[in-house]
Amino acid sequence: MKPAAFEYARPADLAEACALLGELGDAAMPVAGGQSLVPMMSLRLTGFETLLDISRLDALKVVRDEETHVFIGAAVTHAMIEDGKVPDPAFGLMARVASKIAYRAVRNMGTIGGSVGLADPASDWPCCLLALGAEVVLAGAEGERVLGAGGFFLGPYETARDPAEIITGFRIPKLSAGARWGTFKVARKSGAFSDSLAIAVLTAEGEARVALTGTLDHAQLLPGASAALAAGDLAAVREAARAEVAQADPDADAYRLRCHVATVTRAAEEALTMEPRR
Amino acid sequence: MAATTETKGWIGARLLRKEDARHLLGASTFTGDVRVPGLKDVAFVRSQFAHGLLNSVVKPDGLETSVFSAADFPDLKSIDGGPELPSFRTAPYHAFAREKVHFVGQIIAACLAPTRGAAEDIADQVYADIEPRPAVVDMVEALEPGAEILHEGFPDNAFIHATVSEGDIAAIAARAEVEMRRSFRMNRQATVSLEGRGVLAYWDHRLDELVVYLSTQGAHMMRIGLSLALGLPEHKLHVIAPDVGGGFGGKNRLMPEEVAVCAIALKTGQPVRWIEDRREHLIASVHCREHHYDLTLYAEKSGRILGLKGEVHIDAGAYSLWPSGPFMEASMAARNLPGPYQMQALHVETHTVATNKAPMGPYRGVARPGACYAIERAVDELAHKLGMEPADVRRINLVTPDQMPYRTIGGLRLDNGDYPRALDMVRDMVDLPAIRRRQAEGETDGRRIGVGFAVYTEQSGHGAAEWMKRKSRIVPGYESCTARVLPDGSMLLLVGIQNHGQGLETSLAQIAAHELTLDPAFISVRYGDTALTPFGFGTFASRSTVFSGGAVAKATRLVAEKARRIGAHLMQTEYEETRLEDGAVHGPSGKVPLAEIARAANVRQEFLPAGMSPLLEATATYEPEESGGFFSYGAHAVVVAVDPETGVTSLLDYAIAEDCGTMINPLIVDGQIIGGVAQGIGTALYEEIPYDPDGQPLATTFGDYMVPCAPELPKLRIAHLITPAHGTEYGVKGMGEGGAIAPPAAISNAVCDALHGLGVIIRETPLTPRRVSDAVAEAEERRAAVSLKEEVPA
Ligand SMILES: Cc1cc2nc3c(=O)[nH]c(=O)nc-3n(C[C@H](O)[C@H](O)[C@H](O)COP(=O)(O)OP(=O)(O)OC[C@H]3O[C@@H](n4cnc5c(N)ncnc54)[C@H](O)[C@@H]3O)c2cc1C
Repeated sequence: MKPAAFEYARPADLAEACALLGELGDAAMPVAGGQSLVPMMSLRLTGFETLLDISRLDALKVVRDEETHVFIGAAVTHAMIEDGKVPDPAFGLMARVASKIAYRAVRNMGTIGGSVGLADPASDWPCCLLALGAEVVLAGAEGERVLGAGGFFLGPYETARDPAEIITGFRIPKLSAGARWGTFKVARKSGAFSDSLAIAVLTAEGEARVALTGTLDHAQLLPGASAALAAGDLAAVREAARAEVAQADPDADAYRLRCHVATVTRAAEEALTMEPRR
Repeated sequence: MAATTETKGWIGARLLRKEDARHLLGASTFTGDVRVPGLKDVAFVRSQFAHGLLNSVVKPDGLETSVFSAADFPDLKSIDGGPELPSFRTAPYHAFAREKVHFVGQIIAACLAPTRGAAEDIADQVYADIEPRPAVVDMVEALEPGAEILHEGFPDNAFIHATVSEGDIAAIAARAEVEMRRSFRMNRQATVSLEGRGVLAYWDHRLDELVVYLSTQGAHMMRIGLSLALGLPEHKLHVIAPDVGGGFGGKNRLMPEEVAVCAIALKTGQPVRWIEDRREHLIASVHCREHHYDLTLYAEKSGRILGLKGEVHIDAGAYSLWPSGPFMEASMAARNLPGPYQMQALHVETHTVATNKAPMGPYRGVARPGACYAIERAVDELAHKLGMEPADVRRINLVTPDQMPYRTIGGLRLDNGDYPRALDMVRDMVDLPAIRRRQAEGETDGRRIGVGFAVYTEQSGHGAAEWMKRKSRIVPGYESCTARVLPDGSMLLLVGIQNHGQGLETSLAQIAAHELTLDPAFISVRYGDTALTPFGFGTFASRSTVFSGGAVAKATRLVAEKARRIGAHLMQTEYEETRLEDGAVHGPSGKVPLAEIARAANVRQEFLPAGMSPLLEATATYEPEESGGFFSYGAHAVVVAVDPETGVTSLLDYAIAEDCGTMINPLIVDGQIIGGVAQGIGTALYEEIPYDPDGQPLATTFGDYMVPCAPELPKLRIAHLITPAHGTEYGVKGMGEGGAIAPPAAISNAVCDALHGLGVIIRETPLTPRRVSDAVAEAEERRAAVSLKEEVPA
């Protein structure tokens, strides 16, 4: 369980990183926290000639509290979000999500950008970013691109990112005062990847978004359950979930579908019963 | 370590462990920390097939001298073991596969390079031509007619069939009012020591011997095994176990990697090592636990159990590991099935079955977690059938103090203790009536509460007679100690056991301290080196405090006696007039510190009595007179909350009442219980290595193999009963395994109690969310089917 030999490069800035990635193509792979990539290399499930260490690029550590959005750089770790070291656009939702990812040792190293870049169908951030209606900011040799989270996740480990692009961060709309949210995760034990994770957001303006992950495909929004949540009808959320999870996760077995219905319903229930946040 | 002020009453003292500082600092030395100039790493090429003919091993061009396979070692002896019984079938287990492979992970070749990564690069290029055969993966189906046979010459896939039968089961069956048949399954696990296995070997030219650093539970034992496999006499083998990060049984068998590394070191003349990674640990280390029970319980309507009949299957994996193989697993499971209960008849057919999986070995609790699980689950099902409170059914059947010593129908001699009281204690600790009230009210969050009990016994300190009964080819019936007082009065204890997390450096020092009235800070315990200590068997089977503690007591007493003789001489008084106190020999009118006596004995012989030989040291061996063992026991009660939809189980409360006789160090006793329970929780809820029909293991990293971590552990509340053993030093009993025995039973009973009202049936561990949720869904379907049927008019 040791990786094959590889070159290690640490570009000085984002421009150099993009240039190197463009130049080396498939032979290179960015590494951030290394918490997913390095184990896969150790198991020799994957391997690259060059690892491009982007974890120390200042451009990826930027955090901006803007008027309508919070920008969180891709290299911000789960632990920083958990600890409230960066502004939370969603009144503690992101800290909660972060705190349930893996173990603290992994959270100290693992980054939000790495999680989204990998797009493991069981990972937590894609689901959270969808529920918050966030945007993904990408940098490439051609410059910057911004994609809505909804169009970014295409399948298991598959995103709209061009292999030569680097995710620089996420633009996340701030919830206004009075918003509520809920999350529910089913996993075999603490720190394990989810069998199902649902995140429900109910804005002060009455808009609702329920996102589901832990599927065999990719995180996605459930419009029916979202509408039922907006209407404040928990029984309807469950009904809608029953119909929708089978579409969201067509290859899932009975157990996983049961979990999906449970997590969607309970995330919605938490949102409905939560004291409005301000 | 600074000397502590207290110098009396070391037996029972809550001393912090001597071992803690080095581990907390990360400053110790494990096999993986040992550095030898020119050291090379081994990466193994392992079979990717569960079963197949190994036609050839093709080494990569130009790298032939860095790759080793069976053909390179024609003289290596096979390393299979087993009991000395004609009915036990053996199949040769070679360190490097010859002709056939029998499990995924079996060693085919070894690759040598300056780093492990480079060795793995070579391993990737080795080609093994394997012609796959059908895999045998289920221990019950493995014995059905027409099953693929693993080993040549075996009439069926069993290593052995054996029957344990006592009392007249037919008569009991004829008169029993209640007959209940149930099947239970405990699935396969790994032993998951924190430190994996590891071995480093090199030829020491100065000493003209092979030095072997080995992460093992018994250096002396492994020297015997390595000597047999390598054909090297024992005086040319020096086995050193440095700090060992847990073993739990998994480091108590001779394993092919160990023989392979030694053989390569001998062949190449280079220092060679192999450090197990977690993937190898899960795939190819000692596996454990996998049992299947098909039991019929006979009882009266009152709840009194009369007898037990059934079949036990043990999935032993592909080979039988040296020294004792998997045989003990079946006999111990059968003999422990009656547990702490009075019964009149027992008839159990056991089958120890070869399958295409990694070989089975011992794991904390050996067989008893399975037996305890089966009988305790059956007791709960009997209670449900009779509409009784499960704790009451236990109460009716438990062996009582006035019956002690009591010979169970399984042939075990329960020596003493108050079993009913242990049960009553945990029943009170979790407040059973309050739980029943809470259940009646229901939970607001949709979860269901359940309570489960289990009572267990733990045979410990069993000596020669017991091991001979088991036909063991090694009879670990004693332990040894050399107690050596150095010229300055400080002391070394050289013992044949292996401390790998049990705090034995502390407990054994406390025993010597007690006998010599010397502060434990001045006593060092040394072990794990065949060149340093007298022969001993190592640490397993909850034996070290009884045996090694006894040997330390005996050796130290001999030293104490000599010290008093020298003291008497120095004080010009009679031996009978002296006593030891506060690290000095006291006479009627003065005292001589041990340090002065030690100086005389070691370097100033002119102060010794005429004719007395110098040195202040003694070697003693110890075996308790009663060699059937001493039984620790306890009751566990656990309260769970189960989410019927997702199947997730949370532990709300966990109470333990246990009795291990006299406690040398209560902190260490509690630590052993907590660690054992954590592993038992793993068996109950998380840990499992499933295999697919082709014999591929499906849990090969910690991403798939779940172990409980701190968040999974509830606060354990521990109460102690203390019934000193008759016939051991200080009245101690072994207790290292008990913590792991009861949890699968208690937790399963609690989960089933929680879901009982829903008609849920689960008779298998671990109780993963998936298994529980599916069982709830099946129960719902059954209920729906029944109600549909009833709606249809006849
Ligand atoms: C034991 C364990 C448990 C875990 N449990 C969970 C869990 O419950 N939920 C969960 O969500 N995750 C879990 N993870 C994954 C963890 O969150 C990882 O940290 C995360 O998925 C990857 O982040 P990283 O920074 O370590 O990325 P890396 O491992 O460095 O990289 C992962 C991939 O993303 C790419 N990448 C990284 N950064 C960028 C970027 N800025 N732009 C483009 N591509 C990029 C890399 O090239 C690589 O392909 C777990 C991991 C472990 C080891």
